[in-house]
Amino acid sequence: MDFWESDDLAAHRDAARAWADANVQPGWAAEQERTGCHQTMELHTRLARDGILGAGWAAEYGGSDVDPDFARAVFDELARRGLHSDGWATTIMVIRTIEHVGTDEQKRAYIPAALRGELLIALGYSEPDSGSDVASARTMAVRVKRDSEEGMGRRAEGGAGWLINGQKMFTSTAQLASHVFVLARTNPDAPKHNGLTLFLVPTSSAGYELQPIHTLGGQVTNATFYMDVRVPDSARIGGVDTGWSVMKVALVYERGVGGASSLELTLARDLAVWAREAKRPDGTTVLDDPLAAERIGRIAVDEAVFHALDVQMRWQLQAGKLPQVEGSMRKLFWSESAQRHYSDALDILGAAGVLAPGAANAPAGGKFEHDFRAAVVTTVYGGASEILREIIAERHLGLPRNRPSR
Amino acid sequence: MNLDFTGEQQALHDTLREFFEKESPPAVVRAAEPLGFDPALWQQVAGLGLAAMAVPEERGGGGAGFAELAIAAELLGQSLAPVPLIEAAVATRLLASLDDPPRLEPLLAGRQLATLALHPVTGDVARLVPAGAVADLVVLLRGDELLLAGQPDKPMAAIPNLGAMPLADCPVPDGAVLLARGAAAVAAHRRAVRQWLLLTGAALAGLAARALAIGVGYVLQRTAFGVLIGSFQTIQHRLADNATDIEGARVLAYRAAWAHDAQRPDAASLAMMSFLFASETAFKTASESLHFHGGYGYTLEYDIQLYFRRAKAWPLVAGDRRAAYAGLAHELYAAPAHDEGA
Repeated sequence: MDFWESDDLAAHRDAARAWADANVQPGWAAEQERTGCHQTMELHTRLARDGILGAGWAAEYGGSDVDPDFARAVFDELARRGLHSDGWATTIMVIRTIEHVGTDEQKRAYIPAALRGELLIALGYSEPDSGSDVASARTMAVRVKRDSEEGMGRRAEGGAGWLINGQKMFTSTAQLASHVFVLARTNPDAPKHNGLTLFLVPTSSAGYELQPIHTLGGQVTNATFYMDVRVPDSARIGGVDTGWSVMKVALVYERGVGGASSLELTLARDLAVWAREAKRPDGTTVLDDPLAAERIGRIAVDEAVFHALDVQMRWQLQAGKLPQVEGSMRKLFWSESAQRHYSDALDILGAAGVLAPGAANAPAGGKFEHDFRAAVVTTVYGGASEILREIIAERHLGLPRNRPSR
Repeated sequence: MNLDFTGEQQALHDTLREFFEKESPPAVVRAAEPLGFDPALWQQVAGLGLAAMAVPEERGGGGAGFAELAIAAELLGQSLAPVPLIEAAVATRLLASLDDPPRLEPLLAGRQLATLALHPVTGDVARLVPAGAVADLVVLLRGDELLLAGQPDKPMAAIPNLGAMPLADCPVPDGAVLLARGAAAVAAHRRAVRQWLLLTGAALAGLAARALAIGVGYVLQRTAFGVLIGSFQTIQHRLADNATDIEGARVLAYRAAWAHDAQRPDAASLAMMSFLFASETAFKTASESLHFHGGYGYTLEYDIQLYFRRAKAWPLVAGDRRAAYAGLAHELYAAPAHDEGA
């Protein structure tokens, strides 16, 4: 056994920092916070220009000869500077899916454009009445005889297109997206998992609309509406009624399993740094208070446990396994404990715990208060805790399947 | 990074798993109560060289590390084997680390058993020493003196206790041997206590894993309202949470053992963190598995009570965990210089 973790990107850190110094404008992170849109297109264009988006992709798809490790180091560096690239994260999921199940024509049409930064794809899975039970989607796609007159795509076999009607929720970064990857029902008579199909719907389509949804953590996501949206058959990704298996390819990436880099948790240290400076009226520090120190100690222990689960998942990946149980445990432990930790963190701050970013004298500039709000959604997205527990119960413990079967 | 056991570690694991399963089934654990010590089993454990496994070869030991001891401790915890292997391994290793180790040969040969008093002596008695009732030798700290006390008339009578552990109050005899004095003595004792915490954490991770397996086994054969109770979501989810914690506790225990063997600066903190989390996990898992047994969990007939009592008792011998958490926060973060190393 060897738990030594070398930084496999060490050779690229300096170059990544230099790239960010040369290309990142200082106001971008604050702008993402202000607008709630976790994607910056000007940055995206520069990432494409320098081949960073195309790193690791074959030349026939427009891939670049940039070292994929350098590209990972750049995204790490951007994250360190507070810059999210959520729209690119979902785009990768979709173009990886196209690489697996798309036609040659689709691979040539979509992947190079995405790597050039011209395509940005949001996910259209969740609906007003379906989240974790994503296969119960009610958005309908109906075959129409001929392609739309707008000439949106090449004529597919039989020349048929599709008419899409429905609504999607939490279509994040759709504000900037060129396409939404829409899960739609194509066979209402089949069992729910066997009647789904995926479409790449241009956001320029007639009948497509978007409404912002504001969130507790400040992020602005969207509801997207599809009213008689017509797409050619060439917009269909994967076979008709095979959407469930197509989506599973992408879900593997969404659960943070695909190329997950390690997440270092520092709340215990951040709190301690504050607590050992913060003076009580009697002159002692907050860290001197065993009631505060005990809770900081508990957070430190949980962070070490998370690291252990993270290491375990990465080791499975490194060994070429698909760590579904390990990934579920990691995400369950991280999100559930994060919510406890941020609640404790605000308690430890005392009355100042309510101070938000922008308030004078807010501890750590209000970061704890902001992160407390943002932590709320971590047990929901990317596999809700209840779904993860079912995966662990069924696949790790061998307990009977609990959900109604298909 | 390579989280697989080495070939030797895997062989050790397989051998010991078979050994403890065969030699320490619940009937043996029950028969050893209330003392919590099976002399015949201990002779076998000592015969395998486990207590001296992590003593350097040049001192006559097996030359293994804490990763190997953690394997043994995890398996001991799974079976609740009534042998004080953890205490013996830690105390023997401490004695072997001294320049001129006294009375080492009988320990290495397995004829004698040494233990460690976790808390400094108050008055002239070390209180509630784990394995104190069955040990020939006790290492203890009095002030800044590290002492070795012989127990020719070892008590062999248990102080009645929750975990059926061979606890004893060990007086410091006049003839106690001075092993070390001053800061070095205090540091050596502290190091040994951390090693005890590390291995007890591994044992508790093993205990928790078996307590979970017992709970899963029960909910897969008990029916209520016409269905297996293991099909109820509220039971499944609590078991899934415990399984997650156990995986974290197990990996963290081995990480702490690796850090110790690699002499990393965070080894002492990792030992404490591993112990604290394994303690929480073992108790939560065992008490929930007991609960899922319904009224049967409250009876002495079902094995889960054996796990429940030890899950609470084994770590409690080290003291109140809440104080340990606070101490840990200071240890990690009291000084700015430690921020990066933490």
